[in-house]
Amino acid sequence: MHATTGFMKALKCRECGREYPLSATHVCEFDFGPLEVVYDYDRIKRSLTRAAIHSRPQTMWRYRELLPVAHEPTVGMEVGFTPLIKADRLAAALGVRELWIKNDAVNYPSLSFKDRVVSVALSRAKELGFTTVACASTGNLANSVAANAAAAGLKAYVFIPSDLEQGKVVNSLIYGANVVGIRGHYDEVNRLCAEIAGKYNWAFVNVNMRPYYAEGSKSMGFEIIEQLGWRLPQHTVVCMASGSLLTKIHKSYQEFIKLGLAEGNHHHIHGAQATGCSPISTAQKAGLDFFKPVKPNTIAKSLAIGTPADGFYALRVMKETNSAAEDVTDEEIREAIKLLAEQEGIFAETAGGVTVGVAKKLIASGRIPAHESVVLCITGNGLKTLDAVVGHVGQPREIKPSLREFEAMLSVEEPEAILKD
Amino acid sequence: MPKKVRIPTPLRKLTNNEEVVEITAGTVSEAIGELQTRYPGIKERLVDETGAVRRFVNVYVNEEDIRFLQNQQTALKDGDEISIIPAIAGG
Repeated sequence: MHATTGFMKALKCRECGREYPLSATHVCEFDFGPLEVVYDYDRIKRSLTRAAIHSRPQTMWRYRELLPVAHEPTVGMEVGFTPLIKADRLAAALGVRELWIKNDAVNYPSLSFKDRVVSVALSRAKELGFTTVACASTGNLANSVAANAAAAGLKAYVFIPSDLEQGKVVNSLIYGANVVGIRGHYDEVNRLCAEIAGKYNWAFVNVNMRPYYAEGSKSMGFEIIEQLGWRLPQHTVVCMASGSLLTKIHKSYQEFIKLGLAEGNHHHIHGAQATGCSPISTAQKAGLDFFKPVKPNTIAKSLAIGTPADGFYALRVMKETNSAAEDVTDEEIREAIKLLAEQEGIFAETAGGVTVGVAKKLIASGRIPAHESVVLCITGNGLKTLDAVVGHVGQPREIKPSLREFEAMLSVEEPEAILKD
Repeated sequence: MPKKVRIPTPLRKLTNNEEVVEITAGTVSEAIGELQTRYPGIKERLVDETGAVRRFVNVYVNEEDIRFLQNQQTALKDGDEISIIPAIAGG
């Protein structure tokens, strides 16, 4: 391992290929293209073998060579390696042979896939000497930055739209972070943060730390491959906000193939959006390689990004992998949340409803053939978006603490269940 | 009263580190031309060969994305503020 940069070589513009040093910078000075970490794959191949991975703790850091930190991580060492659930009941309900749920609703510590990107971003921020970290967020990222910064002793500023679900707001405040609600939607929060990041010397995880931050998402794909027994699923369904996660899952699959850790097959990575904020899926369905920004209006607030920064790349990945994009209405999202909960005992947030709802559509249309293997990426926890389902899941029945009253209730609802004295 | 352009960090090397530049142009397109006259080289950073705003550049007039207005034909009036901001990742 290189003494100062680990397995990283440089930052490189995805558009023009110009290289930059491994600092806290995210945009090419020439064409504003996003910068991406370049790795030394020859050295990684010698170091990262299946045996080496097996010997390490079950966290996302068992793939450490492919994550952009120079030294051993210092923030979020316990993150990742979430369950991959064989979802046979949901498979039967949707009509597909082999279905798995990658369940980041129980990621540590803040119950979303964002803990992956944040542990990388904050570990790298500490390496670069930052003491204040920040983010623009639709909620989950704010929760994760707040929690991980608290544990690492870093000062945190998180910027969120002021109309977020209460669960997501409280989940940032509790850790003592400075929470700033912006009267506007996420794209406006984003714009403000870009301006703040240009002025203040803070580590904004999804602005100036973005090249490192975004790479953390790959760990979800690495885990899927390892947990499936070192094979790729034929279909992966991923929700899209900025589109970054979809592109990084694709990259994780490609890297494992390149390193000989998994065999390449024809895999598809389908993108899922909410109809109320569907710039990427709308463009994909129209066969376009660019998207038109929209003003979001959906209960899937974690996906409510109208100007998706990685939309171009997500469209490209879907085209290259011959994949589909689809979107679902708020009502379909709620139904899908309930379906996942009732079939598999997993309570996902609205974004998970988007993923399950879109998978249902793609299976029904034959776009995902019934005899093939599918992984659904569930990215966040339903306890944080209770507002979205309250009033749609029924009410508990209230009775006095009396056996007679209980059986009176049962005799109406399920008379055959009543036992005679 | 002139109009203002907020210059993002990656372009400040071209504007001698000026963060805010005052202009008199009547549209966004003319504003880019006016910047080019004063800071040669800045235009090619903002627009591609076809003259379209580069895909990772977002331009706002008074905090509204010009793609929701009239794009580069968006008219500017006195006191308007243009922001040029790189696209950033999700959250």
